[in-house]
Amino acid sequence: MTKTPGISGLIFEEPLLWEKGQKGRHGMSIPASDVPPAEFPAELQGAGPEFPDLSEIDVVRHYTRLSQWNYGVDSGMYPLGSCTMKYNPKINEKLAATPELAAAHPMLVDDEVQGNLQIMYELQQYLAAITGLPGVSLQPAAGAHGELTGMLVFAAYHRSRNSRRTKILIPDTAHGTNPASAALCGYKPVPIKSGANGILKVQSIAEAMDEECAGIMITNPNTLGLFETNIREIADIVHAKGGLVYGDGANMNAIMGVINAARCGIDVMHLNLHKTFSTPHGGGGPGAGPICVTAELEKFLPVPSAIKDGDIYRLNFNRPESVGRVHAFHGNFSVLIRAYCYIRTMGAENLKKASQLAVLNAAYIKEQLKGTLQLAYNRPCMHECVFSDALQAEDKITTLDIAKRLIDYGYHPPTIYFPLVVHGALMIEPTETECKDDIDQFIATMKLVVQEAKEHPELLRQAPVKAKLRRLDETQAARKPCLCG
Amino acid sequence: MKELSELNFREGLRYTDDHEWVSESGATLKIGVSDYAQDQMGDIVYVELPEVGATFEKGEEFGTLESVKAVSELYMPIGGEIVAVNEDLADAPELINEDSYTHWIIEIKPADMDELEDLHSVASYRDLLKG
Repeated sequence: MTKTPGISGLIFEEPLLWEKGQKGRHGMSIPASDVPPAEFPAELQGAGPEFPDLSEIDVVRHYTRLSQWNYGVDSGMYPLGSCTMKYNPKINEKLAATPELAAAHPMLVDDEVQGNLQIMYELQQYLAAITGLPGVSLQPAAGAHGELTGMLVFAAYHRSRNSRRTKILIPDTAHGTNPASAALCGYKPVPIKSGANGILKVQSIAEAMDEECAGIMITNPNTLGLFETNIREIADIVHAKGGLVYGDGANMNAIMGVINAARCGIDVMHLNLHKTFSTPHGGGGPGAGPICVTAELEKFLPVPSAIKDGDIYRLNFNRPESVGRVHAFHGNFSVLIRAYCYIRTMGAENLKKASQLAVLNAAYIKEQLKGTLQLAYNRPCMHECVFSDALQAEDKITTLDIAKRLIDYGYHPPTIYFPLVVHGALMIEPTETECKDDIDQFIATMKLVVQEAKEHPELLRQAPVKAKLRRLDETQAARKPCLCG
Repeated sequence: MKELSELNFREGLRYTDDHEWVSESGATLKIGVSDYAQDQMGDIVYVELPEVGATFEKGEEFGTLESVKAVSELYMPIGGEIVAVNEDLADAPELINEDSYTHWIIEIKPADMDELEDLHSVASYRDLLKG
């Protein structure tokens, strides 16, 4: 019997706060007022919002119990493909929480926050060095926000050349947010099919690219975890027609210090600091999606950016052709500190090593599981590998069943049913922070689940059986959502 | 998921590579999705319908189907103008899972009825699914 980390534990049931309160309970006792009550304007009177009456311990236990239902990378392996759920060293958290940095008021004058501005300035320099693209804006607050900002830069560039462009090329292996980001800037997304080997064909781009196209948005490595080896040729085609190349850097964890985006022909690229550069994420943020651009496009970047003026750091708002502001103040500053700390503690050599290990770990899983699960594309993968449930079809077991059974064994399931180009996709991204022993345990568990699929398929169809809740009715939740407390 | 032998096909309809079906009723056409499409998508939870009066070219996206697994685009089998949409689907997207042939999605006035000839018959659609 394979040993797995998950067993059923001491799990508390916990109702909603509204079901928990009792009329008259309160968190603290306030002395009786010794001044006469003020007249309350009639127009402000009425029924207030419905709040439950709760004591302090009711609230503390409520949130403590909820927190015990959490599963994160600090509890166990979280191989959620496309999300880079790697372990984030605690020193980054500690520094981000330093009061001198974290409590600085965002409206302090530059002279009084030199340290914060120095961090921003140097982080810009580091991200420029990592991508090879010299212009950097730290403002965007998430990956998709970076994409949107990048598309605004595309639009500003074309406008400055009096070039009217209406479309943008988006491969079917690009990140799902790309078409929306482009559409918000008025570009109509033109889907491009990837080739039979999972990567883009030069010819497809040559056929689709014309002078109506603002450019292309490429995710590299793509969402199949494959490196787009034709990127340079594709970029040349796009540039020849006056277009720009957007590189979605969400999968940067595979290529830090290995690939120079500028030399690939990329003009604009965003980085997901929360994925690649160490911020706990998932559940909606906060994140940071800085964009890096060529020298030619730097004048269009959002304001402000941090500059060094002699020995003094300042925020620079003087950028007449800027796309404007995309975030208040300094972007999501605490995420910037974590990224700065991560980059400084790792150094160039270890950032490269992290990417190499991320790729090695994924390749190891791919090789170990390729007879157990159907491999979507049998070619070298980068930081994630994509399988399907094709081999389980005869047992009538689906990707969803496999994912749910992994929960019983103490693993957060991999990404499922994405990318869409693979039927019944199961995308595994182990990241560099899992050691070989833990990866071997995951592989053994996956093999055990697949063996169960053959011998006791009901176990999978009923899974999860050890979790606090059994299989949820996702259909009902989507069709008839209950959004109130 | 259904085997090929378990799938329903309806004679007299035309099918597309993208798994829409087309049925002729006088000067207009009704369009829906095949049993294969609904089976592959799983439980459909939302149907995004176009505006009546909008026109689309052949192959253009006219709406989306959303299931718990994925969002799939719906493509025009033939260019034309939307003359009606199946409003029942707004509140009951599950109708498509129940019977994807009875529950049509849009009705169009085609720009060129001859384009119907380019679409699959049941036999050639079945061959397509065999792969």
